[in-house]
Amino acid sequence: MDPFLTILSGLPTTIALSVLALAIGALVGLPLMLARRARILLIRVPARTAIDILRAVPPIVWLFIIFFGLAETGVQLSPFVAAVVGLGAISAGYLAEVYRGGLMAVDKGQWEAGQALGLPTRDTYRYVLAPQAWRAALPAAATYAIGLIKDTAIAYTIGVNEVLFEANHEAQLGTASPLAILAFAGLLYAILSVAVGVASRRLDRRLQLVVAR
Amino acid sequence: MTPAAIWTDWGEYLPTLLEGLLESLELCAASLAVGLPLALALALASAAPLRIVRWGALLLVEAGRALPAVILLQLAYYGLPSIELVLTNFVAGTAALGWITAAYGSEIFRGGIASVPEGQREAALALGVGRFDMYRSVIVPQGTRVALPALLGLAIQIFQATALAFTIGLPELMSAAYDLGNQTFRFLSVLTLAGLLYTAVVIPASFIVRRLELRMGRHLAAELR
Repeated sequence: MDPFLTILSGLPTTIALSVLALAIGALVGLPLMLARRARILLIRVPARTAIDILRAVPPIVWLFIIFFGLAETGVQLSPFVAAVVGLGAISAGYLAEVYRGGLMAVDKGQWEAGQALGLPTRDTYRYVLAPQAWRAALPAAATYAIGLIKDTAIAYTIGVNEVLFEANHEAQLGTASPLAILAFAGLLYAILSVAVGVASRRLDRRLQLVVAR
Repeated sequence: MTPAAIWTDWGEYLPTLLEGLLESLELCAASLAVGLPLALALALASAAPLRIVRWGALLLVEAGRALPAVILLQLAYYGLPSIELVLTNFVAGTAALGWITAAYGSEIFRGGIASVPEGQREAALALGVGRFDMYRSVIVPQGTRVALPALLGLAIQIFQATALAFTIGLPELMSAAYDLGNQTFRFLSVLTLAGLLYTAVVIPASFIVRRLELRMGRHLAAELR
């Protein structure tokens, strides 16, 4: 098979890894952000510590801890699952902060208005704050998503057969020059990043129109 | 494993890991030393009157931002020998991370330079200061001050990215931890300690950057009023 086609065959894994990690991050990031904003110290401090540590330790170290480290305790995950869990957890830490930033960007008057109208706190969050916070958080979330796509390349180090894994394999086989192979792999990530960037700007413009109306 | 056993283990691993950490910090420092001046040059070049200079700068910046760091590292170390350019892993690491620093840093510098009030430029021109001196003594110093917190944030990210130099066999902290794990078969313990060492650098550094950001925000806001 053509070496470049083989590299291309890693693309679905790269995309699946990005999408799943982002989905986990988007879901887990929400309660994490709420815990980070909790009034009770015993909830807030652990959440903050978790967020800080998730973001401070380099992703490659997390992947090795989850893949090689957990195996010693009897939890042997497949490379793909380990990568999804690791990148998902890191994403949760980053997205919790992105959500928090979005929420802080919403004017305080919105919260006060919700309360003044007698809306329950839950509904104030759900119908008043969340839609506006989401719009404010979108650009930062998109920037994070692009960074995440690039970070999925690290998963090759634990043996996930994504784009860079296939590229390294082809380079070792010597089917084409390593320079061309790696540049091609890089190009694939660049295309994915640009696609996400374009999509997010489009979504952002649409959301702006909705708010303007 | 009992806490006491972990403790003894860590005492044993620490000297080796600290040696790795030193290598990580050296790679980070070298990358910043190469990347930051280049970042400023790219920021200025992106506003150059000559179109070809502008486009060249844009290409370098966009490529440095779009490609994953791990691929740039491998391009420098495994890719360049294809064109008869063989670099040691430290030089390859510096080149790759320096490029990334330059690419992201140039956007930060650009923002800083753009924040310098137009009046400063006009004043310099009115006083008959040359274009070069205007940038050197008026625009760049003020722009750099605004850009400083973001540049320090970038420095922290570059430090974290040094862990990827593991993939080109540089004996930095991540490599040191992996080697120890292979020798002792205690990956969890070794890697956790390595993670804590990264945390011990990154969290205090981030704290300082945040404080600086707040302080400078106040200071600059007062000045611009």
